Amino acid sequence: MPNWTPSMQDSTMPADLTIAVLSGKGGTGKTLVSVNLAAVADKATYIDCDVEEPNGHLFLKPSSVFEQVITVGKPEVDQKLCDGCRICSKACAFNALAVIGKQLLIFEEICHSCGLCMSLCPQHALIEVQKPLGVVRKGNSGSITFLSAEMRIGESSAVPLIKALMREKQTGLTILDSPPGSGCLVTETVSHADFCLLVAEPTLFGSHNLVMVHELVMLLGKPCAVLLNKTEEGKNPSEAYAKTHGLRILGSLPYDQQLAHLTSEGLVASRESERYHSYFSTLLQEVKDASDSYPQR
Amino acid sequence: MIVAVPAEEQKLDSPLCVSFGRAPYYCIFDTETQKNSFIANTAAQSPGGAGIQAAEDLVDANITTLITFRLGENAAKVLRAADVTLLKALNLSIADNISALQENKLAQLDAVHAGFHHAR
Amino acid sequence: MHQILILSGKGGTGKTTVASTFIALSHAKAYADCDVDAPNLHLVMGSFETEKKSDYFGLPKAEIDGTLCTACNRCYEVCRFDAVIPGPTYQIDPIACEGCTYCLHICPEEAIHTRPVKVGDLRLYERDDECFSTATLTMGSGTTGKLVSEVKKQLRDNSPETEVAILDGSPGIGCPVIASLSGVDLALMVAEPSVSAFADLKRVITSARQLQVPVAVVVNKYDMNPTISGEIEVFCFKEGIPFLGKIPYDKQVIASLNKGENLAYLNTPASHAIKQIYEKTLQVWKEQVRQ
Repeated sequence: MPNWTPSMQDSTMPADLTIAVLSGKGGTGKTLVSVNLAAVADKATYIDCDVEEPNGHLFLKPSSVFEQVITVGKPEVDQKLCDGCRICSKACAFNALAVIGKQLLIFEEICHSCGLCMSLCPQHALIEVQKPLGVVRKGNSGSITFLSAEMRIGESSAVPLIKALMREKQTGLTILDSPPGSGCLVTETVSHADFCLLVAEPTLFGSHNLVMVHELVMLLGKPCAVLLNKTEEGKNPSEAYAKTHGLRILGSLPYDQQLAHLTSEGLVASRESERYHSYFSTLLQEVKDASDSYPQR
Repeated sequence: MIVAVPAEEQKLDSPLCVSFGRAPYYCIFDTETQKNSFIANTAAQSPGGAGIQAAEDLVDANITTLITFRLGENAAKVLRAADVTLLKALNLSIADNISALQENKLAQLDAVHAGFHHAR
Repeated sequence: MHQILILSGKGGTGKTTVASTFIALSHAKAYADCDVDAPNLHLVMGSFETEKKSDYFGLPKAEIDGTLCTACNRCYEVCRFDAVIPGPTYQIDPIACEGCTYCLHICPEEAIHTRPVKVGDLRLYERDDECFSTATLTMGSGTTGKLVSEVKKQLRDNSPETEVAILDGSPGIGCPVIASLSGVDLALMVAEPSVSAFADLKRVITSARQLQVPVAVVVNKYDMNPTISGEIEVFCFKEGIPFLGKIPYDKQVIASLNKGENLAYLNTPASHAIKQIYEKTLQVWKEQVRQ
């Protein structure tokens, strides 16, 4: 394992590197890979971007956790000034406003905080008030700066929460444990990455989802490479896809009872076993080398 | 009373639509004149807040009573602000539900569910 | 239309595997894949006679007419979603744009209008008297809840008089899951024995209960961690949730699924376990429907 410390940094090694670990499908090993890559680095920031179902804390068990409430602006009405003209409710693209008689009803959970209604009100009856959207949690786990977020139940949009997480990014190495799927949360997460590591299972479902997430990453113009997870003997449709589409394969993590068990218990394999510490250290170096071969933004 | 009933089709003898906010039509029935009509639900295609918009439209149509299987909490808020009576539908046709209403056989709708928050 | 929904909370626990087996065992004439973000069910349901595709549109997005734009920067100033790209004439990034129309209202030249943007495809597959409804979402889009509702509506509108429809749900707890839970008679949760899956299971059970949908639980790959599998069983007992069985980890399952084979026709430990669970699920469902 190479002894890499900041003082040995040469001019081609990026000082700041943000790697998004994604898979398209859930359960392929995104969190497993993310927490282990963060754990073997000398120093890293781990961000759990799956704000709907965060799991990173189960593994990294952060201490000295500091919580910060993230707010978002929502309209509030002064009913005495409102004359029920409906200019705001008709303009709202999200149906977050309704007028009954002269009473304006505001539906905060549907509101996207765009600010339009307030700008249109001829009576200046609407003002913007900061309301809680969720919390961002920051803590430590060994040499890892740990960041995760949780959305208030019922809120419609988690994108501002991911943006709030990214504002806490430090210099150096950052690992983004991405949400599953290819929707707006993944898009927001990937937009902050320098490089994407796609984790793929050797199943029909897994390869299908690899295609999907590969297309998303290409659409967003991000360099990427593949890690084959849970590999066994026999044909691997994900490997086949990677090879035929010029996707670089950085490594293969065979299905292993010990690893599966450690993970099911919420343990970070690289902290429990020298074998896995070595494996993930090598993988981290591979990822750094792979991202290095792309021009820096 | 002016009663609204969410409808899948424009037929009195058809079952109610299970959804309130995304029902394609509403049957509007006037108990005084005993006349009925069907109006299209323009909110049905909204990516989000369909129930809110549909409720506002029905209040504009001067309904006093709604018969439905389900109602989201946001739509309920709109209807309650307009003092609309909310009644729980029976597993019968629109016509039979209206008859049941006129015979005072319908119970109040108590349980409203959390909104579905579709849009992004 | 009666519906049984297969959910999981955490992805990758075996939802689609269980759903596809149930569909084959029940000879269901109507089924749907509600996981519009990453649909997988079609990969194991064989081939169909007809496929009908229809465009699915989300909220209209803003677009700037370059011939009218004077680059005054007002739209950039008001947009809260980083969707305005400044330049000699300004442009809107359709992926970032949320369709709020603030820019449209503020533009002094009236250079901004909205246009419908296709965010996915609804698909309807048919063969004999079977009807399969599914959809795919375009990359980066967020309107998944409504598309799931459309998938279910498409199924209701096109399926013949069917006793029960089987829905392969989406992972997570967000609005697609809420939309898939709507109007369902029973939600069967497929968990796996890990701390992550157990945590996610609890969250999705909470969502189901808020919507007053009855739930039941099974544990897949239970022998990977019998201790946690046991904890899940105890949790269900304490919560009064029917625990319908355990499925062992079975290598043959992956090999069969990779070939697009349905477990209902196989003779392996996992397929036996799923068959027993299927019978129990039907019983629980019948009890629910009678109420």
